[in-house]
Amino acid sequence: MVGIVVVSHSNKLAEEVIKISMQMCQSNELKIAAAGGTFDNRFGTDANRIMEAITEVDTGDGVVILVDLGSAIMSAELAIEFLGDVVAKNVHIADAPIVEGSIAAVSQASIGATLQEVITAAEDAKNYPKK
Amino acid sequence: MNWPSVKDLANRLSNKKGDVILMNKEMFLKALELLSDRIIDSKELLNDLDTQIGDSDHGSNMTRGFTEAKKKIDMVKDKDFSTILKTIAMTLISTVGGASGPLYGTAFLKASMSVKDREVLVGEDFIKIHENVISGIKQRGHAERGHKTMLDAIIPAYEAFKESIEAGEDLKIASQKATDAAKEGMEYTKGIKAIKGRASFLGDRSIGHVDPGATSSFIIINAINDVIKEG
Repeated sequence: MVGIVVVSHSNKLAEEVIKISMQMCQSNELKIAAAGGTFDNRFGTDANRIMEAITEVDTGDGVVILVDLGSAIMSAELAIEFLGDVVAKNVHIADAPIVEGSIAAVSQASIGATLQEVITAAEDAKNYPKK
Repeated sequence: MNWPSVKDLANRLSNKKGDVILMNKEMFLKALELLSDRIIDSKELLNDLDTQIGDSDHGSNMTRGFTEAKKKIDMVKDKDFSTILKTIAMTLISTVGGASGPLYGTAFLKASMSVKDREVLVGEDFIKIHENVISGIKQRGHAERGHKTMLDAIIPAYEAFKESIEAGEDLKIASQKATDAAKEGMEYTKGIKAIKGRASFLGDRSIGHVDPGATSSFIIINAINDVIKEG
C-alpha cells in the first residue's frame, strides 16, 4: 500500500490534516506520518524529520508527500535525495494543495491504488472548483 | 602545530609581491568563524528585514543554524575543507527550519563537493565554488537572478570575481570586487518585486524593501572578504 507523508511548517497542522484525511481511510493497513515543524517545535521544516517519516511509511509500494510551501518543498526534496536513488525513485512530492491533496491521497491509497494513481488523485485535487 | 603543505609553501614562495593568492586552512577556519559570528550579530537586522516582506524569522533561523554550525565546526576543524563544509551544510539543513535552511544547506553542500582533495584554495577554486553554489541554489529554489533572492547578491559577486581572476588580478582584489558587487546586488533587490518565496504573495508591496536572503548572502561574502583582506 502506498504510504503518505504530510509536511507542514506546523506539526500540529500536519497532524490535523492527517486526522481529517483519515476520515476517508478505507483500510487499517494505510501508513501515514506527519513531519511538521522543526526539531525544537518551531514553525519550519526539517529534512531529517521528513526522511524518518518517509522511512516509517514506506512499505515498498511507494510514498506520496503532501507539502505546504517554501521550505516544506525544499526540505522534502533534500530528504528524498538523502535517501538515495533506490528509495527516491518511488517517493514523490505531489503538486497539490495540502488539505485536499491529502484527503484525495488517503482515499486512493487506502483502496489499494498504485503510486501513480495516488499522485494523480492528489494533484487532481487542485482542480476541485470552489465556486 | 600544523605544518603548511608543500603546495602551500610553494604558493607562498612564488608570491614575492605579497599579493594574496590563496586561502589556507587557518584563513578558511577564520572565515567560517567570522561569517557565523556576523550572521549571529545580524539577527535583529535580518529579522527586521524579514518582518517587512516575509515571516520575520530569517535572523532567528540563521542565528540558530550558525550557532549550531560553530559548535560542529569546532568538532571537525582538523578535517579537510570538504568535510568541514559538509558538516556545516548538514547542520543548517537540520536546524534552520525556514527556506534558508535547505538553500544555504545546499550551497554549503555544493561548496563541499567543489573542494574535494584541496589543501589551499586559489582563485579558480572560488570560481568553481561560486558556479556550483549558484547552480545548486537555482535548482533547489527554482529561482533566477532578478527574483529578489540571495541569488541577486551571489551572482553579481561571482561575475565580478571571475572577471577579476581571469584578468590576472590576485585573490584579494577579486574578493573585494566580488564583495562590492554583492553589496550592489543586495541594494538592487530593494527596487524590485519579489517573484520567489513568501514575499511574492505581497506583489508590488514587496518593492522598497531589501531582500533578507540577499542581505545574509552579502554578510557571508563580506566576512570571507575580510579574512582574505588580512591575508
